[in-house]
Amino acid sequence: MTQVSMDVNGKAITADVMPSTLLVDFLRRDLALTGTHVGCDTSQCGACVVHVNGASVKSCTMLVVQTNGAKVTTIEGLSQGTALHPVQAAFKEAHGLQCGFCTPGMVMSATDLLSRNANPSEAEIRDWLKGNICRCTGYHNIVKAVQIAANTLSTAKVAAE
Amino acid sequence: MTVMENGIGASVKRREDFRFLKGIGRYTDDMTMPGQTYCAFVRSPVAHAKLGKIDLTAALKSPGVVQIFTAADIEADNLGGVPCGWLVTGRDNKPMVEPKHPILASGKVRHVGDPVVAVIAETLAQAKDAAEKVSIDYQELPAVIDMKAALRGGGSAVHDEAPNNMCFDWELGDKAATEAAFAKAAHICKIDLINNRLVPNAMEPRAAIGAYDIGTDEHTLVTTSQNPHVIRLLMGAFVLNIPEHKLRVYSPDVGGGFGSKIYHYAEEALVTWGAKKIGRPIKWVADRSESFVSDAHGRDHVTHAEMAFDKDGRATGLKVDTLANMGGYLSTFAPCVPTWLHGTLLAGQYTTPAIHVNVKAVFTNTVPVDAYRGAGRPEATYVLERLMSKAAAELGLDQVEIRRKNFIRSFPYQTPVAVVYDTGDYEASLNKAMELADYKGFETRRAASKSKGRLRGIGVASYIEACGIAPSSLVGALGARAGLYEAATVRVNPTGSVTVLTGSHSHGQGHDTTFAQVVAEKLGIGIEQVDIVHGDTAKVPFGMGTYGSRSIAVGGTAMVNALNKVIDKGRKIAAHLLEASEADIVFEGGAFQVKGTDRKKTFGEIALTAYVPHKYPIDMIEPGLEETAFYDPKNFTFPAGTYICEVEIDAGTGQIEVAKFVAADDFGNIINPMIVEGQVHGGLAQGIGQALLENAVYDEHGQLKTGSYMDYCMPRADDVPSFQVTTTNTPCTHNPLGVKGCGEAGAIGAPPAVINAVCNALRDYGAVHIDMPATPEKVWRIMNSAMPKAAE
Repeated sequence: MTQVSMDVNGKAITADVMPSTLLVDFLRRDLALTGTHVGCDTSQCGACVVHVNGASVKSCTMLVVQTNGAKVTTIEGLSQGTALHPVQAAFKEAHGLQCGFCTPGMVMSATDLLSRNANPSEAEIRDWLKGNICRCTGYHNIVKAVQIAANTLSTAKVAAE
Repeated sequence: MTVMENGIGASVKRREDFRFLKGIGRYTDDMTMPGQTYCAFVRSPVAHAKLGKIDLTAALKSPGVVQIFTAADIEADNLGGVPCGWLVTGRDNKPMVEPKHPILASGKVRHVGDPVVAVIAETLAQAKDAAEKVSIDYQELPAVIDMKAALRGGGSAVHDEAPNNMCFDWELGDKAATEAAFAKAAHICKIDLINNRLVPNAMEPRAAIGAYDIGTDEHTLVTTSQNPHVIRLLMGAFVLNIPEHKLRVYSPDVGGGFGSKIYHYAEEALVTWGAKKIGRPIKWVADRSESFVSDAHGRDHVTHAEMAFDKDGRATGLKVDTLANMGGYLSTFAPCVPTWLHGTLLAGQYTTPAIHVNVKAVFTNTVPVDAYRGAGRPEATYVLERLMSKAAAELGLDQVEIRRKNFIRSFPYQTPVAVVYDTGDYEASLNKAMELADYKGFETRRAASKSKGRLRGIGVASYIEACGIAPSSLVGALGARAGLYEAATVRVNPTGSVTVLTGSHSHGQGHDTTFAQVVAEKLGIGIEQVDIVHGDTAKVPFGMGTYGSRSIAVGGTAMVNALNKVIDKGRKIAAHLLEASEADIVFEGGAFQVKGTDRKKTFGEIALTAYVPHKYPIDMIEPGLEETAFYDPKNFTFPAGTYICEVEIDAGTGQIEVAKFVAADDFGNIINPMIVEGQVHGGLAQGIGQALLENAVYDEHGQLKTGSYMDYCMPRADDVPSFQVTTTNTPCTHNPLGVKGCGEAGAIGAPPAVINAVCNALRDYGAVHIDMPATPEKVWRIMNSAMPKAAE
């Protein structure tokens, strides 16, 4: 066993883990953060996307020991209580989710995109989301949701300045 | 019609979204039961083999192992096989061959992925480690893969009961009349095509948790199902011999189904039975590789079809000969898909007077094939719509004109293939699609593409489907072993809020919202006053579940009928309270009112009175306000529409881009337009996926070469365009909401629209057909095997 310490959704966590433990299994099983999902076993589907030090990663392809000392944000940490993060709110507004299974990964991925590119084109959104598979929506409304969120976030930024 | 803020016809934002967006949805794999163990299956790595010795010695010594099950344990308990829910009767009244489908392979394995051993351990890692230590002697047999070769026999038989691998040989329609039409034809259009095998790939892999309570002798199965009551019935009655009152099956949040989660699967039975054997809950979760070789696949037809036309381009006859792959075992609804969900749709939107279809269903050493989004109807639509566009090219007609010439224009319409269309307006959806697609402007766009070195093509497909499945007496006569009604209970709580218990199941469709909209509208109460409960046999009285776009048409009607019973009872109570005749009470805007007066009681007041019956006609009516309705549909519903696709092909690489996709659908009345559009978008992506990307490929040894997302090409965000969708409306004539269902249309209409567009783009290369998926390689080969005709 190896000891790891990290910040998960603003909470300090210290745990002993098998070195082979994947980040996604640690989050789901040890921390009961089951919002992060597993949809494949080849690092393709993106249902497991979380942020590590602000960048989106596929948590099925990262060992928990690699996140020692890191700040990890999962879908559960994106907003508090009954509030929705602007990206979450936009997915609801645009009907960007159906069964909800790919949604946490999709939202985390889209949030990272908007932190890097505040005003992405449709082509840039589609290109960025290639690593997140959705079987329900045909992506149409997911693209719309990301555009709405981009608007909300840039309006909020302008207002703050 | 005015639309209530949260009522029928309003694009109400979904109430279920909050939990999914916050990561607090509750899917089967999110649940952990006290004392839970984990199951890993050892699955056959070969397609066809006799099972020799199974050596568990090393596995049993592996750390954490609790128990290991093989077929011997299943047989010792005399368990049944996984049952098939539909008996198809073929030519000469010959019933289909129905071999046993054991929970764990017994004697033989019949496809890669066939489960042989179940290892139960303290942790998932321990179960997987131990599974790797199981040693099985597979005495390989020749794999039966190609359907034509399988039927020739002489080699290997998947099942001894079917020496030539034929499950059934079925036909529908008037053969003599069809032959006569062909004898007189002015033109005959012929086609050979493959409807490619698909893997459904709901994003949530299948999962199941079995538990047993020795104190109450009660079994529980949590499973990723589209129809928990059906699973309870099939597994309880046919496999495990557990009566309904001792078996609870529930499906909490389910991450997509698309048909693949209708069926009862062996893993469900194993964890339920095993949990009692070991006295602890057992959880199994498929990893994606396991899903590829254990979830029922879809489609997989090989078809030769011919259509006869008169000199004016009117279809006079249609002959369809299809081989349909059943895989290694019969899945729950497998036999009905290529027969009653396929043959009956071959009239399409057209007046073709004589139709004959023959379907031979074939066992092969592949994963079982069953209904996948559309189920039979996409296969029928693909045949018909490819024929129409191919015939148009041969006859020098426009794709649109040949369809117009043949549209059915008067309803009800009895087709030559058993079904009666109640209503429709095919011209309306065609016209709307053409307008939205700027059909007239296509040649300008084609020329613009050409100047950029790109080949542009346009494809039209006018589909019809039979949804709202289905009248029980009809399907019973056709071989269904169940009724296909739906049930709903409307429970009015004492303070006037409403809980609906529905047998429909939501796994992405948004019933929490749409069903509540219907209740809010009917009762004139706020949508927040309504709760929709589904997916649990311990809560919902009964249900047949969600598939075949049946939820609103059948489940919604059951709910409306129960609501009407509630209103009728409320009217009686109101008449008493208002000292009026029942006939004079009208229910409107959430209040019972004496006609022509201002005397009224609100719905909430009536509810309270029903539960606090102090001043109450107790001799005439019971207290309480709760009603149940079972609704058995009178007919199928027939959604229909026209899709128009434009593709652009890179002349150098054969890369295809879907440049434009327009869908005009007639779903009858619509409860929530936003959700309906979402359903269409999703279906379109699956249809485009089938046409251009997806393919389940077996090699000659029966190895699935496309067993992961590295090899099986799922549609990604950059593979599909933004869609233009619209609707027309001819309300269904035989249900009170006038609804038809919208879940499958996209996946039905899109494949032929795309392939027609690809063939249209490649017309100068003499391409008359290209099989799905139309990959860049296939397109490149067409472009490089023929010189283009001289430019026009």
